[in-house]
Amino acid sequence: MTDATLNTMEKPRNQWWDVWDQFKTHKGAVAGLVFLIFITLFVTIGPIIWDVDPGKLNIRNKNLRPIYMALFDSEAKTAWANPMGTDNLGRDIMANIMQGGRISLAVGWTAMILSVFLGTLIGVLAGYFKRLDGLLMRFTDLVLALPLLPLLLVMMLLFRDPLRAAFGPENGIFILIVVGIGITSWMQTARIVRGDVMALKEREFVLAARSIGTPSRRMITRHLLPNVLSPILVSATLGLATAIITESALSFLGLGFPSDFPTWGKILFDSVDRMTQFPERVLWPGLAISLTVLSVNYIGDGLRDALDPRIRGQ
Amino acid sequence: MLIYTIRRLLISIPTLLFIAFVIFMLLELAPGDPMAQMPLTIPPEVKEKMRLALGLGEPWWVRFPLWLKQFFIVEPQYWIDNAFGTNFADGAQRIISFQSRSPVFDVIAERMPQTLWVVGMSYVVGVLIALPIGIISAYRQYSVFDQAGTFVSMIGFSVPPFFSGVLLIVIFSVQLKWLPSIYDTTHVVTDWDSFVFQLRQMIMPVMVLALQTTAQVSRYMRASMLDNLGQDYVRTARAKGMSESVVVLKHVLRNSMIPVITVIALGIPSIFGGAIITEQIFKVNGLGQLLIIALQGSDIPMVMTITFLLAVLIVMMNLIADVLYGILDPRIRYD
Repeated sequence: MTDATLNTMEKPRNQWWDVWDQFKTHKGAVAGLVFLIFITLFVTIGPIIWDVDPGKLNIRNKNLRPIYMALFDSEAKTAWANPMGTDNLGRDIMANIMQGGRISLAVGWTAMILSVFLGTLIGVLAGYFKRLDGLLMRFTDLVLALPLLPLLLVMMLLFRDPLRAAFGPENGIFILIVVGIGITSWMQTARIVRGDVMALKEREFVLAARSIGTPSRRMITRHLLPNVLSPILVSATLGLATAIITESALSFLGLGFPSDFPTWGKILFDSVDRMTQFPERVLWPGLAISLTVLSVNYIGDGLRDALDPRIRGQ
Repeated sequence: MLIYTIRRLLISIPTLLFIAFVIFMLLELAPGDPMAQMPLTIPPEVKEKMRLALGLGEPWWVRFPLWLKQFFIVEPQYWIDNAFGTNFADGAQRIISFQSRSPVFDVIAERMPQTLWVVGMSYVVGVLIALPIGIISAYRQYSVFDQAGTFVSMIGFSVPPFFSGVLLIVIFSVQLKWLPSIYDTTHVVTDWDSFVFQLRQMIMPVMVLALQTTAQVSRYMRASMLDNLGQDYVRTARAKGMSESVVVLKHVLRNSMIPVITVIALGIPSIFGGAIITEQIFKVNGLGQLLIIALQGSDIPMVMTITFLLAVLIVMMNLIADVLYGILDPRIRYD
């Protein structure tokens, strides 16, 4: 082997670079990622720059229209101090959307992490340990047969007061919603992970690892989990999208966060009564929810292609 | 196949009993109290009597079997009595709503037609739109139509019904004033004009729910068509000189419909769930709205019965989907 051939040989690359290269070719996924980063920055860094208290009442300046309305209608009440207008109590809508987005995204991420954790745990246990398989999968089927939205509504209503008493009004509802969404959405992940683990278990590398005496715990963490990471990631993106939608739906039905505590769904719900006069108040939070979920769905689509080695590199 | 169906039916009995138990215990263990809404001025001993009158005095292992008996034995008896004028029920206690003090099933029967009209219609419309989209998208894969179809179904997945519904109201009721924003359930169709009114008020709720169905079913239809279009029998059919429409619409479509039909059956329960939100937006006084009102009033028998009926629907649709799959696809043998 000469020096020349050594130089032309490519350096070994981390496989995640290949995944990223493939991901970049999916235009929708890249656009989704850009939007998700933008909206995350908007709700995290936004309140630092746009330093207005979302709960501050200002009755004098109530019902301001967004500034762009001045273009169509010179009569419209607008103010540069409130670029997206104010609501019927004079609260700044832009600050509320930022604050609401913080909560909606925080609920979405936490609930998704919980549901993916539960789904992976149950899936791996069922797939790896034959004794648990029948029991856990029967249980999964049972949970899948439950009417989940009504049950979630029941849980919201019944456990609201004790949790608020125990953890305070905001944290109590946060825990309730996150746990509620988490324990009603792990089933698909569990099924996918179980199937993949069962297929992996029969492969030679697992046999090799077992023959040198790898204990079950390390077998799972070292050999099985890294190999089922891609389906877990894909179902995590789907989980994030459904968690955001479920939280907004609960808020929209009036069973989510209390009314002085804005989330996107809650702002939308509060604005529905006045949407004939102020359609923009419904539009902004609704667009925020829809675009966030759309971008997450596109990221999931791109990730699915990027993580599939049969598609990658074509 | 018959043996499989019977076995599945038998398995579904313990499943349903378990689900009923889970719902019952959730309502039982929850600290919410149906008396919480009562005025504080009511003396505690009167409150205790009211609690007994609601049937809450007994422990759960008495009330749960009682509810099961009422649901599975007494209510069907009343139903038979009403239909044939017999007297099986003999004045037995029915499931009574805490709020209205009338039998739960009478209230549900009142609300059912509205929900069935809106939900059923939207499901039919959604499927009818989805099938051609799926077929054309697969036949012209990666064409402009396919890209547009993918985008529309992405939107259907991403835009929640409470936003699409509100958006439609803003555009078509508020700005354009074409359609009424509230669904009038007391409206009776007698002549052409009232029929047009009924049609106009149904368009928006039906389209909101149909968008969700279309998004899902068209994706499945496309994937299933793509699977089949690459098969050998399609090449054989073309080689025999069959026209393209016969190949696609007869050979491929028939085979592709097998998984899609099961998906359609499995989707029916979830559309009832979606109806909870849609009914709230368009103020349809259907089952979903009934559930929300019952929840807010801690009307435990009503919540329990509606939720359990939804669970029955899910279990039955799962069974029907599996059995249909076996009937439609002769390669699948369950026994």
